[in-house]
Amino acid sequence: MAKNQVKPPLLPKWQEMSFGNILAYAGGAKEYKTGDWRTQRPIVDKTKCIKCGMCWLLCPDAAVTQNEDGTYEANLFYCKGCGICARVCPKDAITMVEEEA
Amino acid sequence: MSRRVPLEGSFAAAEAAKMADVDVIAAYPITPQTHIIERMAEFINNGELQAAFIPVESEHSAMSACWGASGAGARTFTATASQGFFLMHEVLYFVSGMRLPVVMAVSNRAVGPPANIWGDYSDAMSASYTGWIQCFAANNQEIFDMTLAAFRIAEDKRVLLPFMVHMDGFTLSHVTEAVVLPEQEEVDAFMKPYVHPYVYDTDNPCSYGYVSSPALYAEGKKAQDIGLRESKAVIKEIWKEFGDKFGRYYSPIDSYKTDGAKTLLMVTGALSETAKVAVDKKRDEGESIGVLTLHLWRPFPFEELLEGVAGAENLIIFDRAPTLGGPTGPIIGEVKAALFGKRNDIKVAGILGGMCGRNLEVEEFEEVIDRGIEICRTGEQEMVETVGIRG
Repeated sequence: MAKNQVKPPLLPKWQEMSFGNILAYAGGAKEYKTGDWRTQRPIVDKTKCIKCGMCWLLCPDAAVTQNEDGTYEANLFYCKGCGICARVCPKDAITMVEEEA
Repeated sequence: MSRRVPLEGSFAAAEAAKMADVDVIAAYPITPQTHIIERMAEFINNGELQAAFIPVESEHSAMSACWGASGAGARTFTATASQGFFLMHEVLYFVSGMRLPVVMAVSNRAVGPPANIWGDYSDAMSASYTGWIQCFAANNQEIFDMTLAAFRIAEDKRVLLPFMVHMDGFTLSHVTEAVVLPEQEEVDAFMKPYVHPYVYDTDNPCSYGYVSSPALYAEGKKAQDIGLRESKAVIKEIWKEFGDKFGRYYSPIDSYKTDGAKTLLMVTGALSETAKVAVDKKRDEGESIGVLTLHLWRPFPFEELLEGVAGAENLIIFDRAPTLGGPTGPIIGEVKAALFGKRNDIKVAGILGGMCGRNLEVEEFEEVIDRGIEICRTGEQEMVETVGIRG
C-alpha cells in the first residue's frame, strides 16, 4: 500500500476511516463483492457458444471472462445477474437461472 | 513596511489571493463578485502573478476545476455569489468531503426571485451544512486579512478543509476603504507550502470518492464533522499568529463594549459596524448594551458564544437571511439552539433585516435595539419579525 496508509478494516470505527474518503491504492473495486446482489445467475451452454464475445463486450460490470477453450462465463464474485449477456447472445447459449435462497 | 492603500472589498480579496501566490483560479463571473476574478485575470496578464486562470462555462465547472486543481497540489482560489453559488452547491460537498483546501471569496447576495443583485446572506446560509469553514468579514481590511489567513488555515495539515470568506455584496465588495497591505516578503514569511498527503499522482494512484454503503457513510461523515469541529483550534491559533505578525487580531466572536453590559446585540458582517454606532448612541442615553460580531460561522463557536454572553441578561440577534417556513433566521435559530440547556435564563430576541441590500442606517439599528429589549422584557415575539417591513 502506498503512502503509509493503514488499510481500514471492513467495518471501521469513525476514527479508522480513511482520510478524506481516500484509499491510498488503486483498483479497490476489485475487492467489492457485487455477486450477492444477484437473484439470477447466467449459465452458459458451451455446446452452443460460438466464442463471438458479445457477452464479454456488453457485460456492464466486466464480469464475463474468457475460458482457455475460448468460451465465456461469468465471474460470480462480480456478476449482478442483470441478464444482458443472455439477451445479447446470438445463439441463446446463456440461460438465466433463479438463485436459490 | 506596510502600505495603506484605497481598495474596494473585491480588490482586497484579490490582493490577498495574489500575495498568497495562488497557482490556479477557476471562476465564472457573477455580480457582485466579478471584480474579484477580473482583478485576478489582470494580475496574471500584467505579469504580477504566475498562475493558471481557467475560464469555465459555469460555476458547477468552476468548483469542479478547483477540486481537481487543489487535489493536484495547487493553491486554488475562486469567488462567486448568489445564483452562481447555488449552481456550484453539489460540488461544495465533494471538495470538503475530500479534504481539499480551496479558498473562495463569496460576495454575498440575495437569491431570486425576485431577480436581484443586492446583498444579504441567503447564499452564505444555504451552505451551512456543506462542511466548509466559513467566516464573515466586516470591512475591507478584514476581507484582506481573513482571505490571506484562510490559505494558511485551510492548507494546515491538521485542517485540510475548504474555506469561504463571506463579504457583503456591494456594501463591501464595491465600496473603497483604506486597507493596510503588508510587504510581499512579510506574507512569504507567513505562508507555508501546501502539501496534500494524497496528492493526485499517476505514479502513486489512489482511490478518490469511492462508493460507500450504509455500513460506512455515517462513520465517514462523523470523521469529517470532527475534522471540521477540531479546525476551530487551528483557526484561533493561526489568527493569533497573524495578529502577532501583522498587528490585527481576530476571534470567532468579537466583543464591543460588552463588559458588564445587560443587553447584547449580535450582528454579522458589515452591518455590525453600523450597529456599533447605534450602540454608542444608546450607551450615551444610559442603556447598558454592547455588540457581539459573529466572525466564524463554521465550525460554529459554541464555547466562544457562551463566553461572549456570560453575564448578559438579554441577547438580540440580528439576521440577514430568511428561512422560509422555518425558525425565523438561520443565525437566530442556531444561536438559540446553542444556548438551549446551557443558558436557559438568557432572554433572546431575533430580528431580521437588511435583506437584498435594503439599507439599514443607525436609526434602524436603534429601532432593532428598542424592539429587542421590549421582546426580552415581555417574552412575546412573532415568529418572523423584520425591521422596517411595510404592512
